[in-house]
Amino acid sequence: MKRLILYKLFGGILTLTFLFSCNKQKSDVASNTASIKVVSDSIGFISANVKMVYIPGGEYKPFYGSDSVRVTVAPFLMDERAVTNKEFLAFVKANPQWRKSNIKKLYSDSTYLRDWPNDLTLPENANPDAPVCYVSWFAAKAFAHSVGKRLPTLDEWEFIAMADDVSANARLKPEYSNNILDLYLQKDRQYRAVKQSKPNYWGIYNMFDLIWEWTDDFNSILTTNDSRAGQYEDKNLFCAGSAISSTDVLNYAAFMRFALRTSLKANYTVANLGFRCAKDAETQK
Amino acid sequence: MKIVISLLFSLILFASCKENKKQETTLPSNSIFNLTSNWKNQNGDSLQLHNLQGKTLVVVMIYTSCKLACPILVAKMKTIESKISRKDIDKVSLVLVTIDPKTDSSARLKEFAKTNNMDAPQWVFLTSNEEATQEFANVLAMKYKKISPVDFSHSNIISVFSPNGQLVSQEEGAIEVDNVVSTVHKTVKESK
Repeated sequence: MKRLILYKLFGGILTLTFLFSCNKQKSDVASNTASIKVVSDSIGFISANVKMVYIPGGEYKPFYGSDSVRVTVAPFLMDERAVTNKEFLAFVKANPQWRKSNIKKLYSDSTYLRDWPNDLTLPENANPDAPVCYVSWFAAKAFAHSVGKRLPTLDEWEFIAMADDVSANARLKPEYSNNILDLYLQKDRQYRAVKQSKPNYWGIYNMFDLIWEWTDDFNSILTTNDSRAGQYEDKNLFCAGSAISSTDVLNYAAFMRFALRTSLKANYTVANLGFRCAKDAETQK
Repeated sequence: MKIVISLLFSLILFASCKENKKQETTLPSNSIFNLTSNWKNQNGDSLQLHNLQGKTLVVVMIYTSCKLACPILVAKMKTIESKISRKDIDKVSLVLVTIDPKTDSSARLKEFAKTNNMDAPQWVFLTSNEEATQEFANVLAMKYKKISPVDFSHSNIISVFSPNGQLVSQEEGAIEVDNVVSTVHKTVKESK
């Protein structure tokens, strides 16, 4: 008798479960037909356990720009490290539309998460704590949304990049640029785990030693600074002409970063290009 | 017995779920109509990009307070429009998207359209917010930056999209109007 009740109960639960799953699917379909999904609207939120560092901001002289005006960077919060493989896996688990087999071609080229053997498996030998790479700007932005953050702006990123481990602005030290270049020269550094090297003045890790990073407005670099100046294009960054509009000719490492950024399109995915997230500071004191 | 009934019931429910799932969009994965940002046209109507589906699109990004590069781009758009054969013109939309959504309201775009004799139905002006604008610019691989309170620098690109939102071609820099026109004619023909 008891057993029968148990069976009934089991049957009931089963039915309920199906009912539930059905409801869920139905609502999915409803949102699908109402309109095609918005990147931000359809994002499933995930939690991120990364420390954010408060950066007070301030005035700084952007490396590139003929105006050489000082730019004011408002206070903001920056992730102390880049987004890792493990975290990106959690993101695609929660957001099927960003899985390797589902991502819209509009949002990524063909090498998105290139080394992942399938949608939900990290590459063999990949360190789960290494920065995720082969992600497009669209995907990086979607991830940032999913954790309630955004991508840092170019100015925010470069503001932090002025620091070495003891000062907020080390640009004038000759060893500053040399150190970065030494790091840039090391091969396959993107496979290493985050936070294994010394943090900089702000307590931010791995600005230079693992990967290149997306910024929100990477597409804001017009190397002539003004389309009205004529038909000079990216080539200005690679030949001597660029030195005219650079404010810091010795900072060759910055040249490299800006050259990379101008060569990118938002759907590109690159072997050593990842990202970290940022946030406006108003939300937290 | 009860178990069997509930199981059957579950199965039926499950099956009906499956059926529901079939309804899906048939847009190509690289279509710009996958973007679902919200826009307003020069008449103040709210729309999403997929509302432009069904016509060949000629798209450019400009801002109305621009004194130098944009007038050239606008003039090129007008030349393109005038060179499209009249029998095809109702199958084409010429779309001008503002990169300065803060300044360029629907009303301002409407006024701009009037002043420039661009108020025929084939002209579509769009404005949104900064985030949607940035996303759209990135879809076009267009670079832009605010350089002063009123001015932007930006790359000059005219893009042609098929009626289902796939990029057909882009002309950048010194834009050859005739290339754009022949691409438009070809695209209209192929999508008949």
